Amino acid sequence: MTDTISARPLELPIEPDAGSRRLSTAKAMQEAIAQRMDRDDSVFVMGEDVGPYGGIFSSTSGLIERFGPDRILDTPISETAFIGLGIGAAVEGMRPIVELMFADFFGVCMDQIYNHMAKIHYESGGNVRVPMVLMTATGGGYSDGAQHSQCLWGTFAHLPGMKVVVPSNPYDAKGLMTAAIETDDPVVFMFHKGIMGLGWMQKNRRAVGPVPEEEYLVPIGKARVARAGTDVTIVTLALSVHHSLDVAEKLEADGISVEVLDLRSLVPLDRDAIVRSVAKTGRLIVVDEDYQSFGLSGEVIAAVVERDPSLLKHVARVCVPDVPIPYAHQLEYAVLPTPARIEKAVRDAMAT
Amino acid sequence: MTPTHTQSLTGHSQVLTDEVRRGLLNTMVLIRTYEEAIRREYYADKQPAFDIGAGLIPGEMHLSAGQEPVAAGVCAHLSADDALTATHRPHHVAIAHGVALRPMTAEIFGRETGLGHGRGGHMHLFDPSTHFSCSGIIAEGLPPALGQAFAFKRRGSDRVAVAVTGEGAANQGAFHESLNLAALWKLPVVFVVEDNDWGISVPRNRATSVPSNALRAAGYGMPGVRVEDNSVEAVYAAAADAVARARAGEGPTLIEVHTLRLWGHFEGDAEGYRPELATVAEHDPIPRYRDTLLADGVLTDAAYEAMRASAVEKVEDAVDFARGSATPDPLDHLDYVFSEGAPS
Repeated sequence: MTDTISARPLELPIEPDAGSRRLSTAKAMQEAIAQRMDRDDSVFVMGEDVGPYGGIFSSTSGLIERFGPDRILDTPISETAFIGLGIGAAVEGMRPIVELMFADFFGVCMDQIYNHMAKIHYESGGNVRVPMVLMTATGGGYSDGAQHSQCLWGTFAHLPGMKVVVPSNPYDAKGLMTAAIETDDPVVFMFHKGIMGLGWMQKNRRAVGPVPEEEYLVPIGKARVARAGTDVTIVTLALSVHHSLDVAEKLEADGISVEVLDLRSLVPLDRDAIVRSVAKTGRLIVVDEDYQSFGLSGEVIAAVVERDPSLLKHVARVCVPDVPIPYAHQLEYAVLPTPARIEKAVRDAMAT
Repeated sequence: MTPTHTQSLTGHSQVLTDEVRRGLLNTMVLIRTYEEAIRREYYADKQPAFDIGAGLIPGEMHLSAGQEPVAAGVCAHLSADDALTATHRPHHVAIAHGVALRPMTAEIFGRETGLGHGRGGHMHLFDPSTHFSCSGIIAEGLPPALGQAFAFKRRGSDRVAVAVTGEGAANQGAFHESLNLAALWKLPVVFVVEDNDWGISVPRNRATSVPSNALRAAGYGMPGVRVEDNSVEAVYAAAADAVARARAGEGPTLIEVHTLRLWGHFEGDAEGYRPELATVAEHDPIPRYRDTLLADGVLTDAAYEAMRASAVEKVEDAVDFARGSATPDPLDHLDYVFSEGAPS
């Protein structure tokens, strides 16, 4: 292995046609990692149960069989030590992909993440780069309780110096993972368990979808219009994209045209895309599985208000109210942004 | 003069030549001269009332006077290819590791010519040319050192990473996680614990459950040695063994040095909590080592004065450079958040 970072940027296609081959989001992520590892021996994967188990949510299945234990490293349950190890390796020119098993676990290792991974580039005046991916599972809906069901992307996005990406489907997951590995900045890659296509959890029908075989990039910081519409804009991400699309399909029969904007990244946030859509519809609903206050939903609304408050005829939020995620199924589904809550919000918007 | 033999704590015999001994003193003198100059500049425009945010050097200032033996003894075994992570009190190890004085000083002065173009400050010095960094968070500089060691090992080199921390940090989780992982993966790391007896105002015997952090190394399956009496030659010997072990692929070692915080935790600290305050200066390691070398005939008064004069010249050059450098343009405050520029 050489001492230098391999030549970049990559000449890879950007958002090519999806084709017809279908993969789960988990397999799409595995493929992105494997293809990068094939071409760049500075890339390695590290985390709890990423080896023979293949990642608790299958983000690394099959990789150890292909690349061996020297490049797919199971770690002790020591998030501070191994995330910090990833930072040091990245500083020396490697490209680690480090898994934090649940985003909820950031509490035991946040100093390495926000005071080191995210700040070293700035503090060094751009002289030290930290090309590292921190991938982590988010989201609830399966009664895992208050410490294993959170999204928390707003918390990471609030802290400067790290990019935050949140795919909603297999195609974006592969292209965003490739982009995350390739950028010279630290990236927090947050995948929702409900879109991975796991066999042991209720899965969204769009958790399996078309994915090109070749490597490609989905640029970090570009939102995607998942469905075009004219009456109401739903700005959302992750599993909530699919709930919103389901609602949009249903309401089409009632003559309500819903535009669904999939943010794909929180940092950078595609404010232009948000404003563009709201300029068209005048009605904004933010659907966010993160906590409501002090987070993404307020930021999205501020993005419009700061640009042109007159664009907004109506604004509403469908988020997790400011309570810990409850355990009992009935309580949990009372706080999650369910299709029923989204539908009600859209109908209320159309009534104003 | 015949070489002095120092018995290291792990059993190897280390030959200390006259040149090495003078070199250790020279490094210590350079560090002390530097810290005295920074102290002078720090207070220069904080008179008569002390305002921590005012002056050419604003902010917290943690100076390393008294801890020079650790830096000199450890870094004598390193090259610029080896990594070193330091703490909120980083100047002595930065200087001993060879970080250039001009950009380091300019960073402390918050200037555009500084190591971090004024974005870091004295607790956040990053010098890729010597693989040097520091962190203001207790014990959190250790995990990145593991990663640097991991990268060195992966590339098949014999480079090592030294992680310096204080005795207070040895009660943090990051310390214990790092020791375990470094030993588990046999990483080429040397952990250096500077025991200066004080965690700000709390004495170590009211914070740490064991008499020596070297004992804790055993719990992670690595050798642990404690150097008493702030002896630069004993540090040199212990570090020789530890660095050799790491270079040979035999894994990490922990060295704890019982050192001395000659001044306050930070500048402006009146140290009213410190009962032995009146006698601290008697334990200053630099006059002691100078006198040893004079007595051994390794050093002359004239050579010592020349050493001091050379240090003053280098340090004042760096201070002049910093004072004469431009401050950052406030309009550039968003630069360097990301590699391709400002965030959107």
